[in-house]
Amino acid sequence: MAISERHAQQLDRTAARPDQQVPNVVEFRGVSMQFNSGDMGLEDATFSIRRGEFVFLVGHTGSGKSTIMRLLIKEHEPTAGSIRVAGHDLAKLDRKKVPYYRRNLGIVFQDFKLLPDRTVHDNVAYALQVTGGHRKEIRAKVPDILRLTGLSTKLHNFPDQLSGGEQQRVAVARAFVNHPPLLIADEPTGNLDPETSIGIMQLLYRINRTGTTVVVATHDHAMVDRMRRRVIELNGGRVVRDELTAGYRQDEVSTGEFGALLREPAPAPRRLPDPGDLFDDAF
Amino acid sequence: MRFSFFLKEAMRSVNRNAIPSFAAVASVVVTVLVLGVFIPVVQATTGAANEVRGRVLVDVFLKTDAKPADVQRVRVLLSQKTKHVGKVQYVSKADAYKQEKKRNPEAYQLLGSNPLPDTFRVTPDKADNALALRDELAPISASGSRTSIDPAIDKVENRKDQTGKILTATRVVKLAMFMLAALLVIASILLISNTIRLSLFSRRREVEVMKLVGATDWFIRWPFVIEGVVLGALGGVVAILVLLVSKIALIDPLASDFALIASPKTISFSLLVSLLFAASVTVSGLGAGLSLRRFLRV
Ligand SMILES: Nc1ncnc2c1ncn2[C@@H]1O[C@H](COP(=O)(O)OP(=O)(O)OP(=O)(O)O)[C@@H](O)[C@H]1O
Ligand SMILES: [Mg+2]
Repeated sequence: MAISERHAQQLDRTAARPDQQVPNVVEFRGVSMQFNSGDMGLEDATFSIRRGEFVFLVGHTGSGKSTIMRLLIKEHEPTAGSIRVAGHDLAKLDRKKVPYYRRNLGIVFQDFKLLPDRTVHDNVAYALQVTGGHRKEIRAKVPDILRLTGLSTKLHNFPDQLSGGEQQRVAVARAFVNHPPLLIADEPTGNLDPETSIGIMQLLYRINRTGTTVVVATHDHAMVDRMRRRVIELNGGRVVRDELTAGYRQDEVSTGEFGALLREPAPAPRRLPDPGDLFDDAF
Repeated sequence: MRFSFFLKEAMRSVNRNAIPSFAAVASVVVTVLVLGVFIPVVQATTGAANEVRGRVLVDVFLKTDAKPADVQRVRVLLSQKTKHVGKVQYVSKADAYKQEKKRNPEAYQLLGSNPLPDTFRVTPDKADNALALRDELAPISASGSRTSIDPAIDKVENRKDQTGKILTATRVVKLAMFMLAALLVIASILLISNTIRLSLFSRRREVEVMKLVGATDWFIRWPFVIEGVVLGALGGVVAILVLLVSKIALIDPLASDFALIASPKTISFSLLVSLLFAASVTVSGLGAGLSLRRFLRV
């Protein structure tokens, strides 16, 4: 598939450097964030995320998950500490360069943030249009990404003609259409039922397997525990846990298996591959 | 591609904010109409006032019993020995009588004899010298009354007072028009700015998404600037069409009758139109800029 090939090529190019010299994709060093109101959004948070990782941010409401996301897209400036993305200090990033920086991030929110008066296709194309993408580029990329996210048959639907899960797929497609090296999702499944949530998580995992680093903030402890991925837990703005949950698997699993992991606490029994799984295994 | 994208986005907004857009266009129409009438009218009245000024005369009335020798002596005095004299025109008793009789035949029918004196109409070299000229011909004596420098001269009068009134009147008209125009311009700027604000509000979702996916500040701003300018230009064009139609239908047929309208000193119509168009675009650009500065911190 065109998209995964293109992405694999990009990864090959960066992989030429020795591994040790590759900077962490995200590095928080003693980051605190105090809002003007006096609320502490984040207190002395230190963690780093390596390239290609799939990381969960968990914590109760008000624990600072969204604050981390906002700091990452440079919507806010931290009151203390430093944030480095791909080795570059965000504090040194000029205000004018922020839009160009954000083009390297895919951003997904709980409330989808789709434009209601545009079709699925146009919503995704919009991300390319407003960053100066040309018609040719749009024609090449949009159908690809919609196929990846399983929206090929909904091209001309408007957001209100889609289910919540489908809307979130559109949002993910829009976030990923530029193939950003880092994708952050703030409670992407917050509004979705468990089964639909699993679909979205599978999609994010599929994106992760193309080499993109994925950071997902979520409330859903149960699902996180079943996922055997890295979890950073926050409480009152502090990092209280940063570990690989029990059973974290170094080896890659297919998206189908990943989905099964999510559905059941026990290891998934081997199922007969259905067409969807075959499709998934192409990545 | 880029421009067509901006234009499309701008038109989307205009559509969505039909009513405030209409209000903004209407206010630009009114403003441009007033400016379009105001500029030529002020120019024409200023021109007329200047013309009146240019015609300020000093009338030198001779005594009714002046002899032809006296007339000759005063003529030489005026044209050769007096400063500030531009032109001297002699109106004899008989000529004056003829002119006045023509203007008011019945009154002069009743008068048996001719009561009018011989007169010199002296135009000063400059309108502002009219008073000096008068003082020279009839200096004010110590007692406060005027005595003419020549015994044959009865009275020296000028029409400065009337001129002053005309000039004051045009100044007031100009000031009033200017203030009206300024108020309308401000109203237009505010209405355009309000429209853009509403459109910013109704498009806040787009703006949010644009920021998220990394659109540059100016990329976000352009559709709004274009929206404002399109509204302004639309208002300008409508007003200019109205002006054009009224010029063809009303002013042109009258132009031959009214010297004021045909006055060569008024601005040419094409220049006026381009000025007005430029003004409406500038006003709307300012209005849009005002809102973008205040409400779009990108
Ligand atoms: N813009 C803001 N101004 C002031 N305080 C804020 C702002 N944003 C967040 N906070 C505060 O910072 C703290 C962390 O908020 P944050 O949104 O990061 O929590 P969260 O973990 O995302 O919660 P949730 O799971 O409910 O989304 C909260 O106490 C909140 O009140
Ligand atoms: Mg949050």
